[in-house]
Amino acid sequence: MRMLRAGRWISGVALALLAGVYVRVLAYTPVEASQGLAQKIFYLHVPAAIWAETAMVLVGLASIVYLFTKDPRLDRFAASSAEVGTIFCVIVLTTGPIWGKPIWGTWWTWDARLTLTLFLFLLYVGYLLLRSAVVDPATRARYAAVLGICGMCEVPFIHLSVYMFPTLHPMPIILQPGRPKLPGSMLTTWLLSLGVFTLFYVGFVVQRYALSYLREQLEAAAGAGGIGHA
Amino acid sequence: MPLPDLLRHSWALAAKDLRIEFRSRTAILSAVVFVVLAFVVFNFGRDPTAVPNVALAPSILWVTFTLAAILALNRAFNLELENQAFDGLLLAPIDRSSIYLGKLIANLVFVATFELIGVPLLILFFNLRLLPYLGPLALLIGLATLGFVAVGTLFSAMTVRTRFAELLLPVLLLPFMILPLSWGVQATVRLLAGRPLSEIAGWLNMLAVYDVVFVALALLLFPATVTE
Repeated sequence: MRMLRAGRWISGVALALLAGVYVRVLAYTPVEASQGLAQKIFYLHVPAAIWAETAMVLVGLASIVYLFTKDPRLDRFAASSAEVGTIFCVIVLTTGPIWGKPIWGTWWTWDARLTLTLFLFLLYVGYLLLRSAVVDPATRARYAAVLGICGMCEVPFIHLSVYMFPTLHPMPIILQPGRPKLPGSMLTTWLLSLGVFTLFYVGFVVQRYALSYLREQLEAAAGAGGIGHA
Repeated sequence: MPLPDLLRHSWALAAKDLRIEFRSRTAILSAVVFVVLAFVVFNFGRDPTAVPNVALAPSILWVTFTLAAILALNRAFNLELENQAFDGLLLAPIDRSSIYLGKLIANLVFVATFELIGVPLLILFFNLRLLPYLGPLALLIGLATLGFVAVGTLFSAMTVRTRFAELLLPVLLLPFMILPLSWGVQATVRLLAGRPLSEIAGWLNMLAVYDVVFVALALLLFPATVTE
């Protein structure tokens, strides 16, 4: 299967580049004055957070088009993007506490941003659970699309809501009005890391897409009596 | 389909559901008993010398209403499972959106009923000074309820025909309920503290936007959940 191999290659390259980015992070990027070495996790945390939310938006967009065209490829993409988004959410939710312990003195606080990221994660889990609870592929695709679109529409509310609660979390320093408020070398490192995470996203989604395609072929063959029960 | 027809059909459907409910009264009675029990459980789930009533009341109110609403929502499409009644509904020469709207209205009436009983009970049990703020509180509860019942009605149409329907609905719905719930709690805290009403305007606005977005979205998406 060519696609599966391509996905593996992309992910492998991303992994190698990630190691490269971290050499740059540790050796060639200045240490932040107030947070010290703990700030280095920012180069993992923020790109993962950006892709965790973007993946949900892509699930929603693919779902909208799916409901019009009923193209199974879009459904497969939405499912893959949701699974990869779940992984990125896990990265955000694990790197966050690792940073929080030295800086805030606690692994977890019920801060608006943390809580809402947790809810994004639960949204993903719900999406995957719904997919596994429906047997018929066409129904599964339609139900998942409905949930995916609702999920996408919730993301802006989550974002707005963060600004309405008192929060300990650092405010955005890159995606904000005006110029990014950090030194050029840090910004370069961060952009490289964002690029690597983008590669990861593409690589994982391609692999996952190829896998679900193979599984569907297998199910179809089993349904037609081509392959018996093992 | 013209709007008057849409509304007439939805009302016919809602009236049917409410008539079924009114004749048996089992579901609404269970929901009311559930609300009262939840209040009692919450009362025992705190140390009264450490946590004053007024500090816990907003959470009790909102958590109880959210959980009770989930129970109520499970019921909406369950009614139609018997004797393939849902197929009959789908065959009826009416717009699919009016099926959604009818279920939404019936659910709202149902949830509003136990909320109407729940709020005075909460005031009574926890000795709250809420009477001067009943108007804003009613608006707040109304807006939040519309938001999560709108999403819940849409989701229950899907989960009812899956395995583990009773478990899947809360798992899918809670991430959507949490936002209106948290805004509701924040605004109720301010009401109870006697803050000026202008302080809760922001939360009311958010709730209104949430309602508009999700009611519209659910109306558009509902037909996709019922194609046979």
